[in-house]
Order: sequence, then structure tokens, then C-alpha cells
Amino acid sequence: MTEPLWPAVFGRFGWMDLPFVRAWQELSVSEIIGAGAGGLVVVGGLAVVILVTWLGRWRYLWREWFTTLDHKRIGVMYVVIAFVMLSRALVEAVLMRMQQAAAINAPGFVAPDHFAQLFTTHGSIMIFFMAMPFLTGAINYVMPLQIGARDVAFPLLNAVSLWLTAGAAGLMMVSLVIGRFSTGGWTGYPPYTELAFSPDVGPDYWIWAVTLGSLGTTMSGLNFAVTIYKERCPGMTLMRMPMFCWTSLCTSILMIFAMPPLTVATALLALDRYLGFHFFTNDLGGNMMNYANLIWLFGHPEVYILILPAFGVYSEVISTFSSKELYGYTSLVIATMAIAVLSFTVWVHHFFTMGQSANINAVFGIATMAIGLPTGVKIYDWIWTMFRGRVRFSVPMLYSLAFMMTFVLGGLTGIILAFPPLDYLVHNTLFLVAHFHNMLIPGLLYGMLAGYNYWFPKAFGFRLDERWGRISFGCWVVGFYLAFMPLYVLGAGGMTRRSQAVFEPAFRPWLYIAGVGALVLLSALVTLFVQLWVSIRNREANRVPVGDPWNAGGLEWSIPAPPPAYNFAVIPTVRDRDPFYGEKQAGNPYPAPKRYESIAMPANSMTGPALGVLGAVTAFGLVWHMWWLAGLGLAASIATVIARSFARDVERLIPAAEVARIDRRWRKEIQRAKPIGRVVEGTPTNRGLAEVEA
Amino acid sequence: MSAAEGAHPGLNLTHPHAKAQEETETALFGFWVFLMSDAVIFALLFATYGVMLHATVGGPTPADVYEIGPALLETAILLTSSFTFGLASVAMKHDAPRRRLLGWMAVTLVLGLAFLALEVRDFLTMVAQGATPMRSGYLSSFFALVPLHGLHVAAGCLWLVVMMVQVVVFGLDARVRINTLRLGLFWHFLDIVWIGLFSVVYLQGLIR
Repeated sequence: MTEPLWPAVFGRFGWMDLPFVRAWQELSVSEIIGAGAGGLVVVGGLAVVILVTWLGRWRYLWREWFTTLDHKRIGVMYVVIAFVMLSRALVEAVLMRMQQAAAINAPGFVAPDHFAQLFTTHGSIMIFFMAMPFLTGAINYVMPLQIGARDVAFPLLNAVSLWLTAGAAGLMMVSLVIGRFSTGGWTGYPPYTELAFSPDVGPDYWIWAVTLGSLGTTMSGLNFAVTIYKERCPGMTLMRMPMFCWTSLCTSILMIFAMPPLTVATALLALDRYLGFHFFTNDLGGNMMNYANLIWLFGHPEVYILILPAFGVYSEVISTFSSKELYGYTSLVIATMAIAVLSFTVWVHHFFTMGQSANINAVFGIATMAIGLPTGVKIYDWIWTMFRGRVRFSVPMLYSLAFMMTFVLGGLTGIILAFPPLDYLVHNTLFLVAHFHNMLIPGLLYGMLAGYNYWFPKAFGFRLDERWGRISFGCWVVGFYLAFMPLYVLGAGGMTRRSQAVFEPAFRPWLYIAGVGALVLLSALVTLFVQLWVSIRNREANRVPVGDPWNAGGLEWSIPAPPPAYNFAVIPTVRDRDPFYGEKQAGNPYPAPKRYESIAMPANSMTGPALGVLGAVTAFGLVWHMWWLAGLGLAASIATVIARSFARDVERLIPAAEVARIDRRWRKEIQRAKPIGRVVEGTPTNRGLAEVEA
Repeated sequence: MSAAEGAHPGLNLTHPHAKAQEETETALFGFWVFLMSDAVIFALLFATYGVMLHATVGGPTPADVYEIGPALLETAILLTSSFTFGLASVAMKHDAPRRRLLGWMAVTLVLGLAFLALEVRDFLTMVAQGATPMRSGYLSSFFALVPLHGLHVAAGCLWLVVMMVQVVVFGLDARVRINTLRLGLFWHFLDIVWIGLFSVVYLQGLIR
């Protein structure tokens, strides 16, 4: 091969970019771990391909899942992405904890550069490819059902969002096998991530993965907001919406307005790196403070994007498992909106120490503390909802209770950090790391897991195993306290975050405890998968085909489990809040339709997967400076969009006879099922038909 | 104004039935939301430009490189193109002969391309004077803000071509109508952004 041809085709790729070659050339534990991770991606990917081929399910996957525009299946695929990425990022977290525990006045086993990649991928994945897909999936699945809609407002756009997210997540996985990832942390602060200091492909992987993901998220937010505004069923006024819809709406609005700053930040950084612009460089007028402002103008609303849907889940769960309507509905709505608005007014608290005047810090510190008020309102509302209710300690309820305790604790340390003078003391220490994990693990992960346990029977028609659910819950909670409470001590003691090695022997016991906690969290993940496995194995015993296993009040429980593609045979009319609960009290929860009508649903489309793959290919080309590939990918993306705009046959009609057949089969299940009381809802007698209580 | 006339924030079409009306409402509302998200991007780039205006580091300043003549001409052309797109929308609303709709779209396209040609000439002139984005933070922010608008106009031109082909292929079916209305919103939005650019970038730059 001639000299100039290689870079023209392969850009800046060289054999040393493969972790296997690196491990071969410079044998060390750190490189072996890197090669092992890369190997796991390759072997795992191959295993999935071989398994699907062996089972002969490619056609099924393509038709029923990859090309579907059904909001429910798109939601499930989002959650699958979230679980895969959660597994990777959690293992990375365990590695970091082990390294710090091993590297007290010792080198440990992970090299500094590798360690920096670990904390960067851990943060980036947990935020962009675990938390965001999880909550987007939950909203996708649940929200249209709750407002009595047959799909989201723009089903195709929904699929495109999913596949852009999938493409971005794929790019994260590819970075394990080809090249390396950024060492600049999940926020990618320049000037460190500029060409002058990080000339490698790492920051470029970060830039394009995050950009692809954020484009998908912006469109998801748009889609959800328009769905909530325009697709509610008759009678479903805004103030009758379930709380989860309200939090989804606020999250969507935040997505629409807070993702653009991220796109701008990454795009400007890309201009610096690719075309020699000077936005954030040290020389020629660059100003990295602009980046700090842009990224946190996104970053702070982002934490409310993450937390609000979980608040919605808790509202649903606590109301259902207390057998009471939500206390203080209006105040919860106002509090949610207040949080959404305030979230745009506090971003400077992420960099109190970066040189603005004390007065500015004071303003942002006070604004930060103000957010505690609406959040406090919410906590009290949930407590009052439980008060004198018939509280059942089911798995989702346990998560909700653990959340309330733990989140309040995290909120208190947040108030400490909101004081600029105190923030100066613990800025950039493990105290901060402990704080935001203390907010996001209960405030996002517990919420999503509660929602997963709560809505899983709706999505798949059978309940998840209670016992393994409890074991997993126990591990998540115990693991959290063991892993993160020591970090408060370490942070207050002055241990900086992101340290690859530790030179203070006094830190040793705390680091050991945190290390044990990380292992408990790892077993929490394992038991979560065990729960899923056991539940699938015992699915026949735990079926709830009638669809209302928890005696809940939302419209989503008034239809079969799993719901048919069109959700509602007849679009319901709502008369009150908790409409299904009202109908049950009135004695006619399942009114048979007078007649069935044909239903038009969006037909499958390969536009989503095509754009996801092309987006990832374009990004890959840009990362490796394979300009022909990037150009080709971009041109093909544009061509795909234009070609799709010429498609006219975009609906499929489900005939009235088919709707009638599905609906009547379900009505037979209702007649066959025995109404059960709440005491036995965790037993196989629960077929999803609730006994009406006086 | 009746409820149907004020149904959605765009040019209301006379729809044969309620379902088409609802679909148009949802589609246009969604597009408005998209435009607002896009507006945030422009707002942030305006802010970045404002912050970096003084970061000329001894290189060209705004007054050195901006020319009022071409900028004014570009403004006139773009504003006129918005007007001609408006005429195209009116032709669509009243089901005027297909020729008239296509004609106004073609005029809009020509004006859009003329705007782009002039803008590219401006950029090339600046580059020839050594005012490249690599020269200073100020020029970086200029070349992120103004060409992004140009990129939008270019996308709009491509979209116009696609819509003209679709008018010919499909006639004015529901989707062509909806997408033409969306394109109209997009085009007028770019006009508003340009007014911001003309005032904040060019006029302000020349006053100093």
C-alpha cells in the first residue's frame, strides 16, 4: 500500500489503536483489562448475532422490533439499551473503587490514563446512555397509555430518536475496541480536551456520541410535549393527568430548551478541534469560561430531566400501594413546574470557584437553595399520601421509601454545597461525588427500577418475582450506603475526586468500605438480572392478563396486559382524576364497546434504523478523520430523509374484526379471572382483576 | 375569528374534514416547538458572539471586515423571499393554479440562492483579508453564527426543491400541504434570525 493511500482510507487509524495489539506490545494488567473489555464487546456482539441467527429470529426482530413505530416497543428497546449500558458503567465503577482501594501508596492495577478513561466513560454512559434511555423508555411506554392515546404525536420521529440514541451508544461500545475514549470527564472541559492537550481520538468519540444522543433526546422531548398537549383523550384535561404525565411534560420542556446548549457546546468544541477555531483554546482569544457556562446551562436542567420522571413514578407508586389518591395533587403540579423553571437559574453553582464575583455566587447559591422548597413540598405530599393509607411494602414501594430517606439526606448535603464559602472547601473532592450519587441513585435509578417493577406486568403480561426483587432492592440500598457514605468522609477530609492513586494512609478504611459497597452494588445488578430470569421462567404462574394487578387508578391499567398495538379498542372518555379507579367504584370498569371500528396505525419504517446506523457511521468517520466515510454517511442520511418524505403508504389498517377478536378474547379472561384483594396481590391468584373495595 | 381559523399557529387551510385539521394542528405545533429549540441554539451563538466580540487579539475588528452594502442587499433579498413564499402559501390556501404556486416557490428559491451566493462572496472577501475563523476568538464566533444561518438557508433551498418536486408528483395532498406550511414557518423564522444578525452583527459592528 502506498503511503498517502492509508490515511485517505483509514484516516488516523493505526494498529496500535487496537487494545489487543496494545496489550500484546506492552503487557500490563491495565492493558489486559482494556483488551479484555474490548474482547468482551466483540465476543458479546458476536454471541448475540450467532444466537439470533441460530434461533432464526432476524426476521422477527426486524419486523416486530427494529422497524416498529409502536411507542410501547420503542420504550422497551430504550430500556434494553439502558440495562446494557448500566451493566458496563457499573463494572467500570467497581474497577475504579478497586483501583483506589488498591492504590494507597501503591500503583494499583489500572494505569492513570486508563483510569481517566474509566471515570469519563462511567459518567458519560450513566448520564447519556443509562439514565436518559431509561427515563425516555419509561415515558415512551407509559405516558401515551396514561393520557388515552394510541401513539405519540410523531411515531416516526420517535423511532429516529431511539435509533440515534442506539447509534450513539454503539459508538461508545466501539470506542472500547477501536481506539480509546476521552480522559476529560463526562463534561469534557476544555482547554484540556482541546487539540493541544488531547490530540487523540478520545474527545472526538465523546463529542460525537454525546451530540448524536442529544439530538435524539431533543426530538424525544419535542415529541412527548406535543403528545401531551395534543393527543389527550376526551375529558383528560391537564389537571386530570396522572402525575407521571406532568413530570414527563416538565422533563420534555427541559429537554427542548436544555439540550441545545449541549449541542452548541460540543459543536463549538468540535469546531476548535477540527477546523482550528478559537472558542475555548488558551491562545488567540479563546475563553473556556464560555464552555463552562454552556455545558452547565445544559447540565443543571439535565439533572431535573433525570429526576422529574422518577418523581412521577414515585407519585404513581406511592398512591397505588397506599390505596389512596395522591395527596396535594395541585401542589405537586406547581412544585414540578417550579423545579423546571428554577432549574434554569442555578447553573453557576457548578463552578463557584471559577472566578466570578462573590455577589454572583450569592445569587446563584440562594437560587440553588430555593429549589429545596418545591422538592420539600413533594416529599411531604408523598408522606401525606401514605398517611392512613393501606400501605403495601411491594418492591416499587420499597424503592420509594428508600428514595425518600436517602434523597433527603442528599438534599441536605446539597444545601451545604449551595453555600459558596462551604463549596470552596469541598469543591472537586469526593464530597461532591458522594452528593450527586446520593441524588441520582435514589432520584433516578431507584425511581426507574420502581417503575420497572411497577409497569413490567403491564408491558409483558406477568409480574416480576417479588423475592428476587427484594433481594436486589436490598443490595441497591445497602450497596449505596456502603459505597457513598465513606466518600462524604473522604471528601470532607480532602480527597480529590478522579484520583488514580492515593497517598494518605488514613483514607484506607473508608476506601475499603466503599470498595465493599461497590461489590454489593454489583451484586444488586446481578440479582436484578436473576430476578428477570426467574420471572421469565415462572411467567405462567404470574400472568396478569386482565391488566390491573395493583388496583391502580390510571387509564393504562384499564386495558389488557400486554396491551394490543392500538392500546385502546375505543378511545376512553375521562370524567375525573384517577379515571379507572372511579370506573371501578362505579361498578363498570370494562364497558363493552357497542361496535368495533377499524384502527389506522403507523406502518413499520426502516428510516429509524437507517438513520441510526448512518449517524453512527458519520460519527465514526469524523472521529477517525475518514472524511470519505463521514461525507458518505451524511449524504446518505440526507437522502434517507428526503426519500422518506416521498413515502405515501405510511399507515396500516387494523380491521374492525381483528380489533373485536382481540378485545373479546380479553373479555373472556376478565370473566374467567377471580377478583382478588390486596393481601394476595403478590401470589399467583392475581390475574390482574382487582376486587372493588368499599 | 372563529375557532377553526385560529386553530393552529400557521396559515390555516380550508380542510375538508376534522381529522386533517387535527393532524395539521399537531404537525405545525410540533414544528413550532422545533423552531423554538433551534432558536435557543441561535440565542446561545448570539451570546457567544457578544462575549467574544472584543477577543480580536490584534487581528481584524468588526469595522475592518464588514461591508454594509452587500449586507443590506442580502437583507433586502431575504426579506423579499419571505414575501414571495407568503404568496406561494396564499396560492396554496386558495387552490390557485399549480403554476402559480410553483412559480412563487421558484422565485423564492432563486432569491434564496442569490442570498447564499452573496453571503459566500462576503465570507471569501473576509478570508482574503486574513479574517479567517482561525485568526481570533471574535472571528471564530462570527464564523459559527453567520454561516450557521447560511447553512439553514441552504437546507431551506434543498427543502424547497424537494417540495416543488412533490407538488408536481403528488399534487397538493395532505402531506404536501403540511410540509409546505412547515417549510414556510422555517423560511420566515430564518428571516427573523437574519434581522437579528443584520442588527447585532453588521450594524452594531459598523457603528463602533
